[in-house]
Amino acid sequence: MILQLITSFIAAAAFCVLFNAPVRALVQCGFAGMIGWMLYLQLDERWDTVIATFGATVIVGVISQFFARSFKMPVIIFSVGGIIPLVPGGLAYDAMRKFVENDNNHGIQFAVQALLLSGAIAAGLVLSEVLGQMFRRKSV
Amino acid sequence: MDSTSNNSNTSAYDITDLCLLAGKIMLQSGAETYRVEDTMSRMAAALGFPGAHSYVTPTVIMFTTSRTEPVKLFRIAERTTDLQKVSEVNDISRRLSERQLTAAEARERLGAVDDAAHAYPVWLQIIAAALTGACFTVMFKGSLWDALPALPISGLGFAAVTYLHRLVQIRFFAEFTASFLIGLLAFFSVRLGIGQEMDKIIIGCVMPLVPGLLITNAVRDLMAGHLVSGLSKGADAFLTAFAIGTGIGLVLSLF
Repeated sequence: MILQLITSFIAAAAFCVLFNAPVRALVQCGFAGMIGWMLYLQLDERWDTVIATFGATVIVGVISQFFARSFKMPVIIFSVGGIIPLVPGGLAYDAMRKFVENDNNHGIQFAVQALLLSGAIAAGLVLSEVLGQMFRRKSV
Repeated sequence: MDSTSNNSNTSAYDITDLCLLAGKIMLQSGAETYRVEDTMSRMAAALGFPGAHSYVTPTVIMFTTSRTEPVKLFRIAERTTDLQKVSEVNDISRRLSERQLTAAEARERLGAVDDAAHAYPVWLQIIAAALTGACFTVMFKGSLWDALPALPISGLGFAAVTYLHRLVQIRFFAEFTASFLIGLLAFFSVRLGIGQEMDKIIIGCVMPLVPGLLITNAVRDLMAGHLVSGLSKGADAFLTAFAIGTGIGLVLSLF
């Protein structure tokens, strides 16, 4: 559990280095990634993977909005760091590998799963944006 | 009031150029389509052209200051992800809207952003990729013994991609070769007894190469109604994943 905490933090922060995020945003990126991954792990035990990803993304999005407001940087910097562990890159690769290995049944299964997961992430980000807008309007 | 005074000393030509430059930097740095369009229209509005229109796809930007003006076009050849540039262009456009910058100053700062290199040196990026690979191996339920070989392998894989991208102009060749290298190294590390599960090592190591973010962005563009952008980003992501899958698949079929 603690190992997962540490690795998800480092993975998200290091990925942001590859994406050339500003240095002062790296810790927040790692933090967003860590929260997203921990939430995902907790939710995944009880619910479907797609729902777990969706829930984790919404929270990551809300945290990113909060960070973006307090550090005066665009939301995308933090949300990218946050969703990196959730993004179905591994699944997309798995799907392609199955296709290459001529195992089309599993390939399609993985590909559909990857598509659903990225849909869940996109929907989660949009929902968190909507929530952020509602919150902003209320506070003004 | 302010907008008319701004309008008088900068012609439509300059403003079109300024907005196109901002859009070009953002699109090359991997900003979402709607953000690019939004930024360009906002900048134009701040400089006295509230009716500006833009049409953005991953490969081209079209921009016009008003319905009667001719459309200017800019072609985008290569795209990376560079959050720093996105953030800086965003900052410049916000200041322009708040009248803290004039058009000339904005132009100067945008030029500087455009010329700026990646903020982190290559060796640091390779170390970051190595760390990412090792951490993802653990996160995908690999053991610490799998993370150990994953560390150098993912670093090498990323180094190969960066180097080959400079060397060869053919797209997806770099991804293919790098994933082949990753597969080969993972196979031999398991064979030599350094790692335990080849699958976990490979999946961790390909994570820095895999276009997960691109897929998500594609779906997001589709949901926002940018159908052309969404489909072309999806095709891009599909081909990259295909190149990686083929590279690994080749290793698996060899042994």
